[in-house]
Amino acid sequence: MQKFETLTGVAAPLNIVNIDTDMIIPKQFLKTIKRTGLGKSLFFEMRYTQDGKEIDGFVLNKPSYRKAEILVAGDNFGCGSSREHAPWALLDFGIRCVISTSFADIFYNNCFKNGILPIKVSPENLRKLMDDAERGANATLTIDLPKQEIRGPDGGVIAFEIDPFRKHCLLNGLDDIGLTLEKAASIDAFEKKQKSAQPWL
Amino acid sequence: MAKPRTLYDKIWDDHLAHEAEDGTCLLYIDRHLVHEVTSPQAFEGLRMTGRKVRHPERTLAVVDHNVPTTDRSHGIAEEESRIQVETLAKNAAEFGIRYFNELDKRQGIVHVVGPEQGFTLPGTTIVCGDSHTSTHGAFGALAHGIGTSEVEHVLATQTLIQKKAKNMLVQVDGKLPRHSTAKDIILAIIGQIGTAGGTGSVIEFAGEAIRDLSMEGRMTVCNMTIEGGARAGMIAPDAKAYDYLKGKPMAPSGAAWDAARRYWDTLVTDEGAAFDRVIRLDAANLPPIVSWGTSPEDVVAIEGVVPNPDDIADEGKRQSKWRALEYMGLKPGTRMTDVELDVVWIGSCTNGRIEDLRNVAKVVDGKKISSRLAYAMIVPGSGLVKQQAEAEGLDRIFKAAGFEWREPGCSMCLGMNPDQLKPGQRCASTSNRNFEGRQGYKGRTHLLSPEMAAAAALAGRFVDVRKAG
Repeated sequence: MQKFETLTGVAAPLNIVNIDTDMIIPKQFLKTIKRTGLGKSLFFEMRYTQDGKEIDGFVLNKPSYRKAEILVAGDNFGCGSSREHAPWALLDFGIRCVISTSFADIFYNNCFKNGILPIKVSPENLRKLMDDAERGANATLTIDLPKQEIRGPDGGVIAFEIDPFRKHCLLNGLDDIGLTLEKAASIDAFEKKQKSAQPWL
Repeated sequence: MAKPRTLYDKIWDDHLAHEAEDGTCLLYIDRHLVHEVTSPQAFEGLRMTGRKVRHPERTLAVVDHNVPTTDRSHGIAEEESRIQVETLAKNAAEFGIRYFNELDKRQGIVHVVGPEQGFTLPGTTIVCGDSHTSTHGAFGALAHGIGTSEVEHVLATQTLIQKKAKNMLVQVDGKLPRHSTAKDIILAIIGQIGTAGGTGSVIEFAGEAIRDLSMEGRMTVCNMTIEGGARAGMIAPDAKAYDYLKGKPMAPSGAAWDAARRYWDTLVTDEGAAFDRVIRLDAANLPPIVSWGTSPEDVVAIEGVVPNPDDIADEGKRQSKWRALEYMGLKPGTRMTDVELDVVWIGSCTNGRIEDLRNVAKVVDGKKISSRLAYAMIVPGSGLVKQQAEAEGLDRIFKAAGFEWREPGCSMCLGMNPDQLKPGQRCASTSNRNFEGRQGYKGRTHLLSPEMAAAAALAGRFVDVRKAG
């Protein structure tokens, strides 16, 4: 997994609440057996007409946001389906950080498995960041994971919380499975205990 | 005296394989369901790292999302779908996992199949790369959806890295009125708490109306817990759960069953156990409910009207609801019973079980679907549901009424197979999500109960089943 330390980039504003994973990547793109190549289909129905032409008004089609690396979005981002294709599509497009007031649990979790940092901020701070993002390429944000802060274009700083274990894994690009296998003795012991307590399983 | 614990606390405690100082835990997973869409990259990950499946016998694979619901005996025409299905077959064989293919009578939607086979058991932890895994909580299991990286993690380690969620109680008191159903209970709850209302929580459903539900009804309620933001929903197991499971192929039998029963009887929330949040719903006054927008929280009683987003104070939310109305082609103040339909679709892991089909048959027996409809389709949740329905003659009732009677699978709930809405088509659907594009590009989905969907099919518009014939 790619490490995440600090990131300075253009932030795209997407001021819609309850952006679900069907909107992020519709079902027809879930037929892949790979993790890559989904970026061109990110936000497909908002981004393209039915005959495949770009819709000018959509934020990621505007010249200043075509290389956005940060997304600032409305409440409850990533609700719905568990499809990890949603963070895969964001990552493949080039987005490494999503900022919202809240995220759906499964999506939030999936981000960390792919080197994407989801940041929760207060509604006031989201409004501020949404305003910054509206200014396009003239106003980049800096995401500083070690310091847990977002630095705005005008010198403003917003602190954010993150689980220490998840932070550690992101900073070091760690593979979860490798970490868990280091605890194989605990899993063995659990299985032994369960076998005697619940032999029907 | 030991501290009183909730049902969730108990199952959590009994599956804790490791706890780090910062509270990061390894939760042991008893049962892992696998389907074709969210697993190929996980198996590929195992191959690339030379890892094996730790417990193939605790894993069950079935195809459901991609399969056509027409005759499948000559293969799957669409290439990408076929490749995904073949990939699951190959992976199951390579890693030694039990697999129900598209021609197997036991095949169906993974969340219908698990309980049907007795793979789902009370007190177990169950995961699947599918958000509707919450369904299995109806049996008093801790069950939730995971992403593909976690699928790989469970395959390799039989555990998940977790932090404990909050305890939330949804208490549904009173007796449901005659034409209101489990679907109306869960739609009403989502309408009340919103789609993020349960985020970070595990919900326990309790109260007279929940106890009165059949297992099918309880599965409907737990299935849509994720639509309220909670990954898992659960109901304490009781005689109904045991009766459902007894004799199922993968359920314990004989002395093992008796031992399991003794443990399962302890799976109740202790008196005085603390919940972080409690929500109440009065079932006695619950009307049939239908959705009007593009989020499962956008619901209204059938006798109600499309709401006016201008009544919402928050600007972002107001704009999002206007966007939803525009997408749905509806105007504020329109009576729901005046909304006309193009398609009726009955099925899914929410409402594709035998009881759902029986309820539909009761409404449509001897009648005809409206000529307004482009079509009305019924997709049984599994091969066994289909077989049972046909044994009861339900298929003949459906076909005589003008419904298409299909092969089992996820079908138009998410439209990964050829069953999809056309742009602009309006569909009454017994499924779980009315998201933009969910059932087809620019398709318009309204969620409702099977009984309401059946009545809507006859009229070609929504009807209040309480007032119909």
